[in-house]
Amino acid sequence: MVFSNKAVIIIAFISFFPIFGNSQQCEYTLSGQVMDYHQKTPLEGATVLILETKMESITTVNGVYTFSNLCSGTYTLEVSHPECSTIMMNVRVDGDTEIEVKLEHHLEELDEVKVVGNIIRDKTNSAQEETLNLNTLENYSAGNLGDALKELGGVSSLNTGANIVKPAIHGLNGSRVLVLNDGVRMQDMEWGAEHAPTLDINSAGSVSVIKGASALQYGGDAIGGVIVAEQARIPRRDSIYGKTILSGVSNGRGGNIVTELTKSYESGWFIKGQGSYKRLGDHEAPDYVLSNTGVQEIAASLQLGKHHFTWGWDARYSYFNTEIAILRASHIGNVDDLIRSINSGEPSIIRPFTYDLQNPRQEVTHHLGKLKFYKRFEGLGKLNVQYDFQSNRRFEYDIRRGERDNIPSIDLELTTHTVSTDFKWDTKDDINILVGLMGRYQDNFANPDTGVRRLIPDYEKIDFGSFLIGEYRVTNQLLLDAGIRYDYNKIDAQKFYRTSRWEERGYDNDFQDLIVEDLDTQLLVNPVLDYHNFSATVGGKYITTNGLQLKLNYALAQRAPNPSELFSDGLHHSAARIELGDLRIENETSHKITTTLEKDFSTWGILLEPYANWVQNFIVLEPTGVEFTVRGSFPVWEYRQTNARLLGVDFSAYSNWTDHWITEHKFSLVKGQDTDTDIALINIPAANWRNSVTFSKPEWNGFEASLESQYVFRQNETPDNIMVFSPQQQEDVVLEINTAPDAYHLLGFRSKMEFPFSNKTKLTTTLAVSNLLNTNYRDYLNRQRFFADDLGRNFTLQLKLNY
Amino acid sequence: MKTIKSILLLAFIGLSFVACSDDDNAPAPVNEEETITTMRITLVPEGGGTNITIQTQDLDGDGPNTPVRDISGNLTANTTYTGSIVFLNETESPAEDITEEVEEEDDEHQVFYIPSGSISSITYNDQDGNGNPLGLAFTLETGAAGNATLEVSLVHEPKKPNDGTLTDAGGETDFTDTYAITVE
Repeated sequence: MVFSNKAVIIIAFISFFPIFGNSQQCEYTLSGQVMDYHQKTPLEGATVLILETKMESITTVNGVYTFSNLCSGTYTLEVSHPECSTIMMNVRVDGDTEIEVKLEHHLEELDEVKVVGNIIRDKTNSAQEETLNLNTLENYSAGNLGDALKELGGVSSLNTGANIVKPAIHGLNGSRVLVLNDGVRMQDMEWGAEHAPTLDINSAGSVSVIKGASALQYGGDAIGGVIVAEQARIPRRDSIYGKTILSGVSNGRGGNIVTELTKSYESGWFIKGQGSYKRLGDHEAPDYVLSNTGVQEIAASLQLGKHHFTWGWDARYSYFNTEIAILRASHIGNVDDLIRSINSGEPSIIRPFTYDLQNPRQEVTHHLGKLKFYKRFEGLGKLNVQYDFQSNRRFEYDIRRGERDNIPSIDLELTTHTVSTDFKWDTKDDINILVGLMGRYQDNFANPDTGVRRLIPDYEKIDFGSFLIGEYRVTNQLLLDAGIRYDYNKIDAQKFYRTSRWEERGYDNDFQDLIVEDLDTQLLVNPVLDYHNFSATVGGKYITTNGLQLKLNYALAQRAPNPSELFSDGLHHSAARIELGDLRIENETSHKITTTLEKDFSTWGILLEPYANWVQNFIVLEPTGVEFTVRGSFPVWEYRQTNARLLGVDFSAYSNWTDHWITEHKFSLVKGQDTDTDIALINIPAANWRNSVTFSKPEWNGFEASLESQYVFRQNETPDNIMVFSPQQQEDVVLEINTAPDAYHLLGFRSKMEFPFSNKTKLTTTLAVSNLLNTNYRDYLNRQRFFADDLGRNFTLQLKLNY
Repeated sequence: MKTIKSILLLAFIGLSFVACSDDDNAPAPVNEEETITTMRITLVPEGGGTNITIQTQDLDGDGPNTPVRDISGNLTANTTYTGSIVFLNETESPAEDITEEVEEEDDEHQVFYIPSGSISSITYNDQDGNGNPLGLAFTLETGAAGNATLEVSLVHEPKKPNDGTLTDAGGETDFTDTYAITVE
């Protein structure tokens, strides 16, 4: 929050008038430790001020502050530190009291512009939540969001090669994971397995992950979780600052450049512009070139507005365009081609390195416009009103016959308008209430000029949502929260079905009245489907006197089926399978319980996060049979509903062995089971064990070097392989589509140094090496694992200039 | 308050405009130009006799219906046949001749014939621009009377030249089928 101190003090006084108790009771002490929010290290020299008594204490080397001779009552503390944002907090003294304070140590902006206030607030109280800060995001400047998120426990990804990375939270991805980009829920065709979020990692100031559906303000259908990308806060002072990052990448022989500039004024006005360009050629596995895996990405955004404490507005426009070449060898014709690829162990097409982006490839453009207004009402709370517009255009180009290489096989245009408003009632000391409403209209247009039957039909969709969330502070140690949300979705589609498919699905019995036009071999059908979704959450956070933090949360979430689950109907070339949706699919319901146990000791700390997620009517895509075409036989994958259970645990620990040596350890495990059939769920990430050791010596130009080991276990729990008829072998053969690749171990190295030129200008250099030993490996969650090895060694050299 | 009200009002008017722009235009159907529905081989015996046709037809393309196979008769033992093959898209009317596209892009295509049993050999009678086999015209020779199988595959973007096996050629299969044939 950026606002003037005067306002804070006034509010503090109004809201929390100190209660001075019995006069003979003024002999209590208030003490505690001030820590860095991220590194959890003690902060020396922080000023702790009690506003009511004007008493002041400066923290010691160990970050400890002490006040004595306090009366019992409620006090307002202002905690500040030269390198951190100032925070205000209310404490209750009733006997000798210990309070730990965590400050946001946002070195980045503070070094440059002395920003006050950049607290990345938790989005929820009791749910599992983790945040990537700007430093980590910048490490992935030449990569993508999905790769960066894997730094967090419990987050994995479903990849199609190295360029299409779909984040997965606690084993679930796609429509079960919401992506919020600066308060706007991304509508970017997330239903497709080879559709990555259309979001430039360089445009975010921080990215938080909520591992469940507890953050009801964002949506009620986050059965996997929510990814919240936020903008860095802009200070309310006269300043101009910016940065430029230049990255060179060896694997792909390219790089990217990012630049941004912010101008802010004391009056509350600000404007920020940002742009990035990335270009890579073919990637390389240790033994061969991964032909046709280059990428080009262009992104830009412009934001301006005026922020006051009592009111403000901002407007933002962002543009994202990516063109991604898909591994040539992964485009295949039939089951025999797939069997050949699996058996041969190396891609069928290996060509010399090139920067060319050839077919198959995809090109996606996303426009996002947002207008937001807020106003605070004295003694009541804060109102937000927002309108946003999104346009997502997707072209997919296939290998085609004739002069059709430049005609996309898929050409979809998804346009979304959303209006939302919420009101936060926060005048009470111990209760916060947030209510909100949301209305959304969406239109999908599938261009018929492709000459290929539409994969996703034309449709119009209307969503309406409303929620109520409350937080109640029972004591300083116990916080409770609860929320409910209702969503209504209506989808009005116009789809052509082959008459033969319509009958095979049995729709002629159930949906014959939906037929609008009969074109002999095709039927034009107008399904109008609506869904009512209820979601709710309840949880609590308890901090024991010795600093152990316990969180418990239950979330109920309901998700309506997405267009792919309803309408899919056709051959998928990259997977050599026919995918069939079903109009009869209902919404799925998840019950998820998460707990968090966190404890920081003086030099080390641990975090343990077990969870369980039971999903009723879980929508799965799985092989059910075989269909014959002139291209041979294809396994048929149908969407169907079952009951599923996901159990998992994320563990992390760190230890500061000396002032210079830190080690970090992370382990994630998730198990998914179809409880109706007792068969493992498909595409559940394997257990993952990461350990790193970091040496830092700030006096050597901020020198930092770290070595990370990542061990990914083999996924032993997969559905069975399937039998298909091979036209070539004239018999049924096993298609090893579900066999998981072997476990693998990767080493990574990263080092960093900083060179300040003046107090406003600083150069940071980073050298990073991934897959240091050039290990050959394939990952279970990479859809190209049937065709080629994963990436070989990669050097990234990054120069960052802050000014 | 006034500002908020007007903003709210504007926003909701905006939404209702959008929501009302429901024009319910029926989408246009897509005609799949590239689909191969039909493959037909015509075998003309040298020195006269009955022509034999071998056909696979699947009029719903990638739809659920199974392709229908039809062989017009038995081959004669110890005979040389001149063979030709056509690929058609019969979802269009009149049917589109896909063979023309294969001819235009002859360096990116090859038809593979893999015989066994009483068909003793198949030789290519045509070449692409680079002198590699194409397979739209061929010669088939039968051996002694008995049973035979014939596998026919049209491959897009195979490795060329290749050793005549599908494994070596790679690429994408646009058509494949196998026929049980009697030689008498």
